[in-house]
Amino acid sequence: MFKYFLKRIALTVPTFVALMFITFAAIRLVPGDPVEVRVGERGISPERLAYFRHELGLDQPVWKQFLDYMWQLLHGDFGTSFVTNQKVLTEFLALFPATLELGLCAMLFAALIGVPAGALAAVKRGSWYDQALMALSVTGYSMPIFWWGLLLIMVVSEGWGLTPVSGRIDLIRYYFEPVTGFMLIDALLSDQKAAFLDALHHLVLPAIVLGTIPLAVIARMTRSSMLEVLNEDYVRTARAKGLPPSQVIGVHALRNALVPVVTVIGLQVGTLMAGAVLTETIFSWPGVGKWLIESIGRRDYPSLQGGVMLISTLIILVNLGVDVLYGIINPRIRHGG
Amino acid sequence: MAVDALDLPVAADAAALSSARAFWSAFRENRGGVIGLVVVAAIVLLAILADVVAPYPPNEQFRDAVRAAPVWAEGGSWRFILGTDGLGRDMLSRLIHGARVSLFIGLAVMSVSFVLGVVIGLAAAFFRDVVDVVVSRLMDLIMAVPGLVLAILVVAVLGPSLANTIVAVTIVSLPHYVRLVRGSALNELTKEYVIAAKVAGVGPVRLMLSTVLPNCLAPLIVQAALGVSSAILDAAALGFLGLGAQPPLAEWGTMLADSREFIRSNPWLVTLPGLAILITVVSINLLGDGLRDALDPKMRRS
Repeated sequence: MFKYFLKRIALTVPTFVALMFITFAAIRLVPGDPVEVRVGERGISPERLAYFRHELGLDQPVWKQFLDYMWQLLHGDFGTSFVTNQKVLTEFLALFPATLELGLCAMLFAALIGVPAGALAAVKRGSWYDQALMALSVTGYSMPIFWWGLLLIMVVSEGWGLTPVSGRIDLIRYYFEPVTGFMLIDALLSDQKAAFLDALHHLVLPAIVLGTIPLAVIARMTRSSMLEVLNEDYVRTARAKGLPPSQVIGVHALRNALVPVVTVIGLQVGTLMAGAVLTETIFSWPGVGKWLIESIGRRDYPSLQGGVMLISTLIILVNLGVDVLYGIINPRIRHGG
Repeated sequence: MAVDALDLPVAADAAALSSARAFWSAFRENRGGVIGLVVVAAIVLLAILADVVAPYPPNEQFRDAVRAAPVWAEGGSWRFILGTDGLGRDMLSRLIHGARVSLFIGLAVMSVSFVLGVVIGLAAAFFRDVVDVVVSRLMDLIMAVPGLVLAILVVAVLGPSLANTIVAVTIVSLPHYVRLVRGSALNELTKEYVIAAKVAGVGPVRLMLSTVLPNCLAPLIVQAALGVSSAILDAAALGFLGLGAQPPLAEWGTMLADSREFIRSNPWLVTLPGLAILITVVSINLLGDGLRDALDPKMRRS
């Protein structure tokens, strides 16, 4: 078992090295000299230019630059923003809780609706409910979520006036100490009920938008996994023993059907990050996705480079975690692999 | 010998015909798949005939009718059935020409990834060892970066344009094809008919292309169909972020981004391009699901 985990962890090392190489190479390929990009169009004396080049290590051979870059990354240095002169890691960590809060709420929304909806469709297989849900599910995972977000803003925020258009909270009206970085929890900790409700109002639409594709995938996955399980011998046995249908479905079938669903939820993290870029841009949600897009607009290449590196690292680690967890739950995997 | 040469093609034709017939009768049963096929066919037709069907050229500006309402809304007229955009361009014409752009992106991404996927995937499965390890790790890496984020990085580096959108989305979608080809080829390579072909002295290229590949095609065709729709979606997202096709090209995502400022005053400007994307992607996905059910009984949704 220990060997399986070691092997799985060792396999991520080349992926990390290649990831470092890609982010390093990508920035070299950007047209124009990084120093000139940094000093802008004002122009600069040749001596200052040489000084900056030396400062950034650009006068070194390329392989040396790459090794330096790796060395920095391994020491937790993800570069310094051209625009704010702040460490990229500091900026990322400051914004990440907003993305995490949005992502977790989106996933919660998707799982809480998707699992029961999918399970019910499997039980009522072939009914109009089943067919409607499957049609909705195809629509859900085909959804251009940037449009879906605008549509919801148009109807719910502008039309009905139910939710705010952008941001995480009404900054003018509410203030509380950021303890966890999660608005909902911090608001509760500060004991301001109104602030909590306001944060919730801000969160609802973005979470629905970001959760739409995972919801469709989870509902579909739960349905097909449930259909398989319902044909298993142990479910038939449970029925034959005369257990009430609710118990057979809820306890015996659903619990087993959920194993692949949980894996799918874990693997949705990548989709979620990509979705977060779009969702945060639409709702002006101050998270890492919006920051990444803005850093492109500002030609802030170190932020872009560090941001992609950090997001990918996170996803590799989550996937590793899912695999390890799966190995613990399911011994067949670790012995087979 | 002579009899063989005469008989074989006929038998092959007959077999192909009957399997095509079997495929069609299986496909026809799937209502969603048939609806998808019909809508996709209609969109393809519109895209091909865009110059004939569209009432106006996509970039012609009508200064007297900026942001004209669609025909069903107050103040709308039959002159511009779906209204005009912020620069007075006919929405219907731009949407029809947009179908051309989106389908082109989808098909271009799919064909390049399909061919590269087959070549790289077969090479990995056939040569194993170093080639396989390098290919597999590289694909793992691409899949570790979220699709859209990687595409954004590529476009940020290369510069935003239609061509670079295609390059970026192709890089993102390639691993799906490679993994699929590699996986099914590895599976086929252990089967007896392949061993028999090897023993009969079939060369490696012919073995991979004409013995193994045809038996990997079913899942690959399904992947290709679904690949077109996800490419269209990714390209539209890039366009929406201002990193894809550049104005004045009538690309649906770019059109959506351009009309964001009119979300209050002219909601249809935001609604229509998104609806076009959704309808196209849904119908291609329905078609793909139908293909999967018909081609591969094992994967058939119960």
